[in-house]
Amino acid sequence: MAIPVDEIIVKEEKQNLATVSVIREPLVTGGKTVHDVTEDICRQVEGKPTLSWMLAMAMSLGTLGIGAYCVFMLLWEGIGVWGLNKTVGWAWDITNFVWWVGIGHAGTLISAILLLFRQKWRMSINRAAEAMTIFAVICAAMFPGLHMGRIWMAFWVLPLPNTFGSLWVNFNSPLLWDVFAISTYFTVSLVFWYIGLIPDFASIRDRAKNKISKAVYGALSFGWDGAAKTWMRYESVALILAGLATPLVLSVHTIVSFDFATSVIPGWHTTIFPPYFVAGAIFSGFAMVLTLMIITRKTFKLEDYITIGHIELMNIVIIITGSIVGIAYITEFFIAWYSGVEAEQYAFLNRMTGPYWWAYWTMMTCNVISPQLFWFKKIRTNIAATFILSIVVNIGMWFERFVIIVTSLHRDYLPSSWAMFYPTIYDVGVYLFTFGLFGTAFLLFAKFFPVINMAEVKSIIKTSSRKVG
Amino acid sequence: MSDKRKQYWKGVEQLTNDPAFVKNAQSEFPEFLPISDNPEGGSSRRDFLKMMGFGIAAASLAACEAPVRKAIPYVNKPVDVDPGIPNYYASTYVQGGDYSSIVVRTREGRPIKIDGNALSPLTKGCSNSQVEAAVLSLYDNERLRNPKKGGKDISWADLDKEVTSKLDKIAAASHEIRIVSNTILSPSTKKILEVFKDKYPTTKHVVYDTASSEGILLANERSFGQKILPTYDFSKADVIVGFGADFLGTWIAPIQYAHQYTQTRKISDTKKTMSRHYQFEGNLSLTGANADYRTPLKPSDETKAVVALYQALDGKKSDIPRINNAASDLKKATGKSLVVSGSNDPNVQIVVNAINNKLGNYGNTIDLTTPVNYRQGNETEYSELLAEVKTGKIGAVIFYNCNPIYNTQSGADLAKALEKVALTVSTSDRPDETTKFVEYVAPDNHFLESWGDANPAKGHYSLSQPTITNIFDTRQAQASFMTWAGVIQFDYFEYLKSGWESTLAGIGLIWDQALHDGVFAIPENSEDVIFEADVSAAISAINKAYKGSDLELSIYQKVGIGDGTQSNNPWLQEMPDPITKATWDNYVTVSQAWANEKGITFIEGKSNMVNLTVNGITLKVPVVIQPGQAPGSIGLSVGYGRTSAGKVADGRGVNAYPLISKINGMESYAVISGVSVEVLEDIYQVAQTQTQQTYMGRETVIQETILSEYQKNPGAGRYHPHISTWQEESGETHPGALTLWKGHKYKNHHWGLAIDLNTCIGCSACHVACQAENNIPVVGREEVINRRDMHWLRIDRYYSSAPDEELDDDQKDMMDSRKLELVAANPEVTFQPMMCQHCNNAPCETVCPVAATTHSSEGLNQMTYNRCVGTRYCANNCPYKVRRFNWFKYHDNSKFENVNTAMNSDLGKMVLNPDVTVRSRGVMEKCSMCVQRIQDGKLRAKKANRPLKDGDIQVACASSCPTEGMVFGDMNDPNSKISKLLKINDTEEADYLITKEIGEPRAYHVLEEIGVKPNVTYLTKIRNKDEA
Repeated sequence: MAIPVDEIIVKEEKQNLATVSVIREPLVTGGKTVHDVTEDICRQVEGKPTLSWMLAMAMSLGTLGIGAYCVFMLLWEGIGVWGLNKTVGWAWDITNFVWWVGIGHAGTLISAILLLFRQKWRMSINRAAEAMTIFAVICAAMFPGLHMGRIWMAFWVLPLPNTFGSLWVNFNSPLLWDVFAISTYFTVSLVFWYIGLIPDFASIRDRAKNKISKAVYGALSFGWDGAAKTWMRYESVALILAGLATPLVLSVHTIVSFDFATSVIPGWHTTIFPPYFVAGAIFSGFAMVLTLMIITRKTFKLEDYITIGHIELMNIVIIITGSIVGIAYITEFFIAWYSGVEAEQYAFLNRMTGPYWWAYWTMMTCNVISPQLFWFKKIRTNIAATFILSIVVNIGMWFERFVIIVTSLHRDYLPSSWAMFYPTIYDVGVYLFTFGLFGTAFLLFAKFFPVINMAEVKSIIKTSSRKVG
Repeated sequence: MSDKRKQYWKGVEQLTNDPAFVKNAQSEFPEFLPISDNPEGGSSRRDFLKMMGFGIAAASLAACEAPVRKAIPYVNKPVDVDPGIPNYYASTYVQGGDYSSIVVRTREGRPIKIDGNALSPLTKGCSNSQVEAAVLSLYDNERLRNPKKGGKDISWADLDKEVTSKLDKIAAASHEIRIVSNTILSPSTKKILEVFKDKYPTTKHVVYDTASSEGILLANERSFGQKILPTYDFSKADVIVGFGADFLGTWIAPIQYAHQYTQTRKISDTKKTMSRHYQFEGNLSLTGANADYRTPLKPSDETKAVVALYQALDGKKSDIPRINNAASDLKKATGKSLVVSGSNDPNVQIVVNAINNKLGNYGNTIDLTTPVNYRQGNETEYSELLAEVKTGKIGAVIFYNCNPIYNTQSGADLAKALEKVALTVSTSDRPDETTKFVEYVAPDNHFLESWGDANPAKGHYSLSQPTITNIFDTRQAQASFMTWAGVIQFDYFEYLKSGWESTLAGIGLIWDQALHDGVFAIPENSEDVIFEADVSAAISAINKAYKGSDLELSIYQKVGIGDGTQSNNPWLQEMPDPITKATWDNYVTVSQAWANEKGITFIEGKSNMVNLTVNGITLKVPVVIQPGQAPGSIGLSVGYGRTSAGKVADGRGVNAYPLISKINGMESYAVISGVSVEVLEDIYQVAQTQTQQTYMGRETVIQETILSEYQKNPGAGRYHPHISTWQEESGETHPGALTLWKGHKYKNHHWGLAIDLNTCIGCSACHVACQAENNIPVVGREEVINRRDMHWLRIDRYYSSAPDEELDDDQKDMMDSRKLELVAANPEVTFQPMMCQHCNNAPCETVCPVAATTHSSEGLNQMTYNRCVGTRYCANNCPYKVRRFNWFKYHDNSKFENVNTAMNSDLGKMVLNPDVTVRSRGVMEKCSMCVQRIQDGKLRAKKANRPLKDGDIQVACASSCPTEGMVFGDMNDPNSKISKLLKINDTEEADYLITKEIGEPRAYHVLEEIGVKPNVTYLTKIRNKDEA
């Protein structure tokens, strides 16, 4: 059984308030001791739900309910309740899908790639970011299912042995690649996230005062004993999973982009898509992490763990990825012109000046211009500005997918088939459904799971048991 | 007896009367039944599970409602009906004077498809959209099911008793009796009406037509002394000039004219010439859209143009555009030209006759010795009838299959005046505006349930035969007339047969053969005629009457709905108009200039509504801005605004018949004065299937040239895309040369379709034929607005973009791509039938995650409906956008029962082709190249133990095409029509064929540059224009 080391050390060394490192700012401020960490994080889990949590939960459930009605109508009546037509066969459905998958990139990037790069600042945000990833991927996975005309046959996209003779899936289809890419990504992310949770569950279990908590967290912690050997194995597993997850961060959105890149539709058939989609995904994922973190740190009073330093670092990632995305947009245009392909040239001109010009310019403003504001240190260290811009970025990234999907389809090769897409309330409703689902899941996570990886954060407190600063 | 009966023992036990046997003998199962696995008896755990399983299964099965199967096998199989094998019957389509000899395909006793009858020397196997759609009208759930009196059911016996007694009373009082009908082509019906007249001598037969051509009849009477409609032969004409005559769409006999016309438009290595066609008209008609030169003129100017052409032939120059060119071209083609006018004014037609006479066309392109019997209506007699009804002089009116209360100018007056008539009867087979106002309705059979004959032109006869027994308690109108004339137990079939047998014997035919062929000809003599008419009097009458005004209205018939007789037919309602691509409505067509003046726009079918006032009648109508609409003119079609035709037609559009005017005493579809339009605030959206008007200058879609260029180089107008490569020395190659795919080897057949854009007139017969053949649902106006029409075959109609000189200053500053969207004021029009191109490198096939769309071993791209999960990826990735998704369940769905009548009632479903699946909600569908017909053809050849011949298989679109513009066949067969047409060189050396090498220089694939390698090939459009 683990000995509550924290207390002993705290007692011994409380008097010594040593200075912080001269080399760099501390990653956790407020001179937290390891005990403080445990207390701060477990407070939410152990306490009663707060009023704001209840309100947020009510809102999420409400949204989920409205959305569920729209999903029901979609399944009952058919895809026709959406605004799609003979020319535009995908619109909000796949836009939302790509958007959610994109958001789902940040978590794994933070926990896996930054782990491999030994970026320790990730430690106080990776738990929540990974949770967000899991939920975003679940939301994303809704759409490939819901957008099917016959969702009750959805299992046919899995290569299952069947009684239909030699009937098999089509391995040429990027949609099938999506199925594999996303299910793999989801599985690895979930396992990675859960493994990381085990030591923290054990801490909560050890502190649990009632039987139910003890039993539940006991079961969740898989009998964690905190032994050195266990920790050693834990570290190795984390490293292996990080290694596994790293290529996935790049592969998932690459494969999602293949849905478009391998097609023949002008505006889709673009070889630049894989890197451009991955950069866009990280861009939107970081923005979403910021949105959620800023709310969480405020409501859960975690300002010392998620510091301005974190926000600034993430904003820098946003400038970089945002600029990559911006260059990609410009490159696309250049190539459309340079290729001499008439249909391609028209598709891009039509994006800018056609009936959906407003969507295009919304995308450009939100994705290319707005993140450039983060060059100013004042802005990138301003919480309110960051919060607003993080939302703006995600609006922009939604429009990016909308622009790619709808403006390319609505005017492609044969002018006779050109048509407009107008969304219906069910397009909006099913999107809301995923918001409700995401919100509900995230709130449940925030209440019942430790939102910050206590075990890891304890390792980066400057002098583990001393109050600093 | 019982003593003698032999005894058989069940076993030795019975013989020995074993006590154990005796004990069990009485129980149902004397031996131990191994129900239980437990040898000790009682139930084991296994038994319990078995029983529980059985119990649950039985209980849940009992809870399910067993589906009612309505397919009942024959108790006694009819001799000539084999389930699964279609029967074909020749018959005749006659509706409102339109005629076509047809072949009806029936399956298990149900007519399911109408095709043209190739044996007919008149229609030559051609049909049009209305003929194709007529089979659905047979299964209209709203047809009258039994005779009616005052809207209530009545028995035939009672109806006959009452009608006869009333007729007797009226005849006894010497009151007048009138039979009103449209033009009757049937000689035996005319004979029967004579019998009726003999019984009731005060009877007079009054004939009217919904679109009167009496002007031509009268003009010919004045010119040649014969009140006839001549036979026109467009196929012999090198120069054709039309004045407002939509002879390819709706004028007199469009099926025949379309066929003839395209014979002059076909181009091949052996015939490098084509006719030149000038059209002068107000609305952009189907005919105008096909003209080489089209001059938009408002109706009064159009009439003046006729006079101008007459004078131009004498050397007087005209300032009407292209009249002088037309005159000089006509003069060069003496005896090989044809001038026609759609005007109903005998004065205009006299001038037209004079022109044709001067050009020597009589005896060449116009045959007065073989007059046709269409449109024999007599306006004077009809207006006399109306006056007599109003004064109460008439005792009885019988409406024989006509609907004058709806489709005449004075319908409302007639409805009111009918109150004064003692006996009113209609024989309409379905409720209409007239049946609402008559006392008795004696419903006729549908023509597919009827016997009959027709005499469309002098010496040409055709027969009709029933293809199904009467669905309802209806009676053939001929039998009704005979019954009322006192002939008891009249059998029309016997009458018809006995009437014809002797005549047929005279030409060496027997009845069965004639009925089998459906058509026969009897040589009849005629005399020569001389042109003698006072042309100058006619010209002065024209000059007096056609003053012209600022705004003139051209009323017209739409190609699909026509005069509105079949407006309760959803296939025709949803058939996009070939020109406007609008469905389900009529609308005022206006010019762009007029719209600019009034400040109205037309975007995605949305525009302001207007109040159209014509001589005191005001109609609220939507607007469509129509390129090519003559300035100062507007157009409005008849056939809409039905009030009692049924749920499909009622309340759609407005009725334009009351707007018909009179000029020089004759009915005129052109209204040249008293027209005003007031723009309203209300916005209305017309449901169009195509909203982008131009082809954006994309040569990869439409490839065209002019005749002189073609004569120099048959490949003129072709667009050859090139792409860069390092593999060739020249640095570039054609897109087909680079591919990721191995290609396909088609060992047996390689199906292909060739479409000649120069022959396609856009008539949309193929469109309806495809809908009928392939059980394509109708989705209704709202869903068309949502751009979800389901048509597998559509006809893309493209206008030419506005030339620079037509642009205003704002437009000149636009980007090039925007400028291309602007339509020319008088555009050139191209029709392009578009269906699944059956690509050899099909983009749809690679993207389907479940392999629901795959490539066949015969080159078809095939769709497996029940494997489809509905991701729509294939439709997105289809460069031709021909895939159609089932957004809803269209069959057995109350939301679609008012529009998709063929799939929402037991009666409607009888029209469905049993060889084609009705698709469920959530699956993708598209043109299958009539794979059911391909399989059927192969099977028939196999059964006959012979190789498949070219022509054994015909796809629905190609077989319906009145212009033979579509050729379907096996591209692996070097002797097939398609191989010869495309000059296919089969390069067999490769293991896998990438594609067939096409030798015909005119042939091209749409979107060749993306390398999908379609099996549908188009031939360039060629216009007979002078070099610019």
